[in-house]
Amino acid sequence: MSSAGLTAAAMAAALRRGEVTPQELLADARAQVSRLDSSLNAFLALTDDLADRQAERATEMLRDDRLGAGPLCGIPVALKDVLCVEGYPTTAGSRILENFRPPYTATAVQRLIDAGAVPVGKTNCDEFAMGSSTENSAYGTVGNPWDVERVPGGSSGGSAAAVGAGMVPISYGTDTGGSIRQPASLCGVVGFKPTYGRVSRYGLIAFASSLDQVGPFAHSVEDAAVAYAVVAGNDPRDSTSVIDAVEDPLSALRDGVRGMRLGVPREYMGDGLEAGVRERVTEAIRVLEELGATVEEVSLPSTELGLSTYYIIAPAECSSNLARYDGVRFGMRVERPSLTETYLRTRDQGFGNEVKRRVMLGTYALSSGYYDAYYRRAQKVRTVIAREFDAVFETVDALVCPTSPKVAFTTGAIQDPVEMYLNDALTIPVNLAGLPGISLPCGFSDELPVGLQVIAPRLQDARVFRVAAAYEAATEWHRHRAPLVAA
Amino acid sequence: MTAPATVDTGYEVVIGLEVHAQLLTRSKMFCSCSAAYTTAPPNSNTCPVCLGLPGALPVINRQAVEMTVRTALALNCEIPPFTKFDRKNYFYPDLPKGYQISQYDLPLSQDGHLEFDVDGVRTRCGVTRVHLEEDTGTMHHAGDVLQEATSSLVDLNRCGVPLMEIVGEPDLRSADAAREYLVRLRQILVYIGVNDGNLEEGSLRCDANVSLRVRGATELGTKVEVKNMNSFRAVHHAITFEIERQARVLDDGGALVQETRGWVEARGATVSQRSKEMAHDYRYFPEPDLPPLQLGRDLVESIRAAIPELPEARAARFSSQYGLSAYDAAVLTGVRAEADTYEALVDAGVSAKVAANWQMGDVAALANEHHVALADSGLGVGGLAALLALVESGAINGSTAKELLSELYIVGGDPAALVTERGLGQVGDAAQLAAVVAEVIEANPKACADFRGGREAALQSLVGQVMKATRGRADARMVTTLLRERLSG
Ligand SMILES: [Zn+2]
Repeated sequence: MSSAGLTAAAMAAALRRGEVTPQELLADARAQVSRLDSSLNAFLALTDDLADRQAERATEMLRDDRLGAGPLCGIPVALKDVLCVEGYPTTAGSRILENFRPPYTATAVQRLIDAGAVPVGKTNCDEFAMGSSTENSAYGTVGNPWDVERVPGGSSGGSAAAVGAGMVPISYGTDTGGSIRQPASLCGVVGFKPTYGRVSRYGLIAFASSLDQVGPFAHSVEDAAVAYAVVAGNDPRDSTSVIDAVEDPLSALRDGVRGMRLGVPREYMGDGLEAGVRERVTEAIRVLEELGATVEEVSLPSTELGLSTYYIIAPAECSSNLARYDGVRFGMRVERPSLTETYLRTRDQGFGNEVKRRVMLGTYALSSGYYDAYYRRAQKVRTVIAREFDAVFETVDALVCPTSPKVAFTTGAIQDPVEMYLNDALTIPVNLAGLPGISLPCGFSDELPVGLQVIAPRLQDARVFRVAAAYEAATEWHRHRAPLVAA
Repeated sequence: MTAPATVDTGYEVVIGLEVHAQLLTRSKMFCSCSAAYTTAPPNSNTCPVCLGLPGALPVINRQAVEMTVRTALALNCEIPPFTKFDRKNYFYPDLPKGYQISQYDLPLSQDGHLEFDVDGVRTRCGVTRVHLEEDTGTMHHAGDVLQEATSSLVDLNRCGVPLMEIVGEPDLRSADAAREYLVRLRQILVYIGVNDGNLEEGSLRCDANVSLRVRGATELGTKVEVKNMNSFRAVHHAITFEIERQARVLDDGGALVQETRGWVEARGATVSQRSKEMAHDYRYFPEPDLPPLQLGRDLVESIRAAIPELPEARAARFSSQYGLSAYDAAVLTGVRAEADTYEALVDAGVSAKVAANWQMGDVAALANEHHVALADSGLGVGGLAALLALVESGAINGSTAKELLSELYIVGGDPAALVTERGLGQVGDAAQLAAVVAEVIEANPKACADFRGGREAALQSLVGQVMKATRGRADARMVTTLLRERLSG
């Protein structure tokens, strides 16, 4: 029987009981990928040699107690294609990096390798992580496991779909404005965005440096906590990485929410929500209340400014971060007689429309004469948004709200960029404030998954897991698998 | 100096210098690659960080920050408690990230000054700021200029080497003053061990902003930035050229264009490179990959305490403490190691004046000839002190000491032992010398007659004859006395 769709915890237990080997888990993962990926397109590349090596290494680690095999040892994982793996294609979903193979490995990936995890492959995503549907990938759209005609969300759509389709129990994505939580919500899986600085960005291809954060997808809150713990912690190679020791995210997992004060931000329950999303989230909040939490409405008045603030800061940083793709040293080059022409043609042909749009937006926002009106003002609003969260966390321990205002939509249905941006309206403020946030399944609307978002103060990542685990323990939604998993 | 004299144009000249100095750190500004870029094969001192590979992140080099603070303090700057890095965005193949990490509105230091003399007049030039950034790579074009090159090679060994920018106020009023400012600045940078002072190889670079205005005017004239000056001489020539060029334009009733001009040594002229309209919009913004730096007062004070006595102060002390002329004191303190050597000689018992004369004379010549400073020579400071002690005690005379110095400079040895072994001791015995003097008088009647006739110079030739007869070992002072006695007797 295939292990497809099992949690990592279940696989780890089976490994330790000797019921299965890392090679068998890997074979199951590969079988699931080869059965489903022609319709899902979740993977851009398979890292076969690395996976085989890691399966062998995991076998060694599991055999010898002294090698300290951890919970991810022998577990198949998938990596969003913005994470550098030495010697393997790393495209960031962009034509401009089509043949790029980095000569080094990202810190987060190295920690997975050291832990004996088995990286199966690199997952599809919006180009340079810019998008909310994975439709901006240069390598084709990704199907949602619950309905392959619909988007998986984005930008980490491939990683969300890979877990949702039971190809791997754990995958990693990045979240700059919701790019883990929103696809998790749309694919019916758990997705966690850590406190900014908790996971090293070294080796993560940057979109917006002050917002990007690596985090896991999983079938359960516990799996997500474990997957987070393996990659979290200070990295001297990332100067923005937090120095304080990581609080064990498993420590409070069974503590429940009795006595906790939970806030529901009024602005997150506004008119933009689909009815089904509002209903499921309202029910979920009631469950938490029944579990002993006190729930109150709170206000984050500047929420509606989040989107426009984000769409100045993120493009500004991206316009600079993407300057290195000039065709001179790596990636695609469209050779022209002059240097300037080579720059222009390379970037014109190498970048997709959404990337170009954001590079131009950001360039404009930073231009002399416009900087004060756009970039500087956006930074000020960003500070206001962070202070509003601080103020709210004076009275509540955590916030609960929807992750995405809508369920998965049909591929190609949204053509207007601003309408697309609205998908991240409820996730973006968390990035602007650098907070930890999770999305976990809380039911269905029209047979499509709905996600509940939990947000906690900075560095209180364990508290996010505690609230999420309490909800999960009281409900069955996390046990639902997309029908194609077992087909 | 060989530089052309500054022509008085009738305008007031306003010059401000921007100096870039590579720091003598072991590693680069934001990665652990070696900063020794000149000796390595092209692109060998590189890593994902300085290659600007996707996903790589910078980490601040602490030593570079400390050296910049040291420089800033030596230039009397304030060190604000809070500083940050910014990105300066522009495309060029020698800049792999497409931006340079630099500092924009909150530099590491500000509001300093440098004082120096120009033709005996005390001059003060403000230092706007000293900030820290990273150097770019280097380009090798097939052809002389990029525009005409059929291909170009990029070497990123230099990319990411820590670079300090020292921005001077427009307080300089002549090419002489500009050169003197640069000379003094370079001396300090080398003195405090942050830069090797090599203008030719570009580890120290100078750009000049030059403008003219009618005397008495308060507003600045149109500014021209002059680049590509690779020596003190070039700085002086280029600024002089630019002053004369601008004056001609103004005299003819024309208007100057704000632009960047390059000094072309071969043509002895500045040539327009870029007008203001073509100037970059660098789109500076705070570097999101680096948190702001908080410089603790303790750190700043400990750096301040470790700054050595600077050349000007040391020269003043040499004058008062050792009784040296202003000129000698300046020469001896110009290079820190030389000043240290001098003080070591004095500490070893050599008299201040003797030490100065020898160090600036024969020792300097030998150091130059062999490219080895005394401190690093076989003889060493101790050996020279021992040699000069023999002179002072009268055991040998000056010319013997000179010979021994040049013989022992590289190989080293014990001067006293050698003197004994070779019988080089000075002939200071009056009776012995008297006999030689008598012989010389006997053999040189013409010279004797000349001296008696009032020609002092004739005496020197007689002294020379005695020295020759004693193979240079005679006590020259005693010989002179003896000759005078005999010839006037
Ligand atoms: Zn490097």
